Amino acid sequence: MSGVLVILEYRDGWNRMSWEALAAAQQIAAQTSQPLMAAVAGGKLNDAALELADKPLARAFAVRHALLDEYTADGFVAAFVQLIAKVDPQLVLFPHTYQVRDFAPRLAARFGQSLIADVIAINLESGRPVFVRQLLQGKLNADYIHTDTGPCFASLQAGAFRADALTCGSCTIEEFVPHIETSQIRTQPGERFRESAQTVDLAAANLIVSVGRGIKEETNIPIVEELAATLGAELAASRPICDNGWLPMERQVGSSGQTVSPKVYIAVGISGAIQHLVGMKGSKAVVAINKDENAPIFEVADYGIVGDLFEVVPALTAAVRKARGA
Amino acid sequence: MRGPHTRSNLCGRQQSPRHTDMKIIVAVKQVPVRDSVIRIDAGGKWIEEEDLSFEINEPDAYALEEALLLKEKHGGEVVVLCAGPARAGQTIREALAKGADRAIYIPCDDLVSLDTLGLARRLAAAAATERADLILTGLQSDDLGLGQTGVVMAETLGIPHATIVMKVEVLDAGVRVKRELEDGWFQWVQMPMPALLTVQSGISPLRYATLMGIKKAKTKEVRHCPPEQLPPPTPPTVTLQRIYLPQRKKETQILAGTPSEAAAKLADILKFEVRVI
Repeated sequence: MSGVLVILEYRDGWNRMSWEALAAAQQIAAQTSQPLMAAVAGGKLNDAALELADKPLARAFAVRHALLDEYTADGFVAAFVQLIAKVDPQLVLFPHTYQVRDFAPRLAARFGQSLIADVIAINLESGRPVFVRQLLQGKLNADYIHTDTGPCFASLQAGAFRADALTCGSCTIEEFVPHIETSQIRTQPGERFRESAQTVDLAAANLIVSVGRGIKEETNIPIVEELAATLGAELAASRPICDNGWLPMERQVGSSGQTVSPKVYIAVGISGAIQHLVGMKGSKAVVAINKDENAPIFEVADYGIVGDLFEVVPALTAAVRKARGA
Repeated sequence: MRGPHTRSNLCGRQQSPRHTDMKIIVAVKQVPVRDSVIRIDAGGKWIEEEDLSFEINEPDAYALEEALLLKEKHGGEVVVLCAGPARAGQTIREALAKGADRAIYIPCDDLVSLDTLGLARRLAAAAATERADLILTGLQSDDLGLGQTGVVMAETLGIPHATIVMKVEVLDAGVRVKRELEDGWFQWVQMPMPALLTVQSGISPLRYATLMGIKKAKTKEVRHCPPEQLPPPTPPTVTLQRIYLPQRKKETQILAGTPSEAAAKLADILKFEVRVI
């Protein structure tokens, strides 16, 4: 049992988190003197295989089957069980995508293992990987170690590892055709679709005022609307606000909404759950207004005001008006 | 349907699934309330629980709500399944007060030292004897956030699953669910029952327990799962070594003072430093 195997994600194009996982894996493989390997599964992989060929891999696998053309957990688990059994790696890494969340726990369980999910860092202690995860919505970090003799499975959080650390190279793509029967696939996936055309392009916004649970009631939304209007900013929100219907879904920032990178992001009453942070941590400057000084949003904030948003926001609106006038 | 599927000896029904009188299990977890001030305990492996308040894990509350809606539509029974220390009894009572019919409680003081497999095997063993049509649970827990207990339960029971579910429709031939994918994409997926679904937060408004519900809950059955029904404990494959406060990635400049003083400082920064006004 040796090697670091990365399961990449491809569907009409790469999921860019694949390269973050591969870069992290390259580092671990180098540090532990193990070969770096990667695999991608699907029905149509010609373009993917071409692009994979310039990566610094000891082995690269195109896992091809007509039943893998459309993703199903049953199909992907069946395919990767066979590949992992053949390759026998010590460590299997995934990008922590929605698709990985759907099948990787099941795949790990087939090997009698528990997936170490949503890892933000891998440190080596006496040559053995220590996986860092966040607990309690980012309030705490935790170190996990793999304490079994079988392969270790871990998925890596979006944005936690830098894809540009990956070096170039070359490799030969090995074809791997798993045995999968139609009867093994119990789920029937339909077409992928979007609910409605996006009319708000938060990604292009220069200035964003974003509101979270701290706003408490729908009737309080106007106080942040007023701040946004005064600043000439787009109004955005964390998931619970859009789930409640207080603002339209298209204004949601986070892993299930839009990814933004404005010049300034003002987070009002947003605690900073990881699902939100992945959508806004590319902002040039982050301002957090929150009553809880320990809220994870302050981990990524450049400027912070610890206080009651119902006092701070109207005061800020007034101060911006004054600054504009001066 | 694509064809016959392998059914587990434990959880499978021999007949084709019914869409009336469904039996639905909802696996719920009790977690610290969201705004809790967290302190690390002396051992450095978990948090001080003494002064904390606990509540139902938020995504699990939505799973329970979905189960209650399905029961109202199709008839049947909602069974709450919960593993945890004695304090979890409160969360079970609240779920019964909201309308669950009965509960299975797995006494479990070692929740923190279990890995996902260890917990999922216990939950699966307790669920297996019920032969439910559907098992619902939240997509992840607010405390550990591993997001996989449900999926591994499905694997242990040998039944299909879908994650991050937004809508559930029961059909004659099984269940059809709307899954959330990344970046605002969705997909309908159909599968036979029994099946396990992990439910996204916020998919429908949560109900409150009524006074009548709270009264009725006291008479509802809470069955303690006997230890002999649970799988023998196995050493964890993954171990939590220590917990600690995260290091700040950025130096946050805290703007102190009264709300208007702090706001004035921020307006200055927006004007003169980052220059957006």
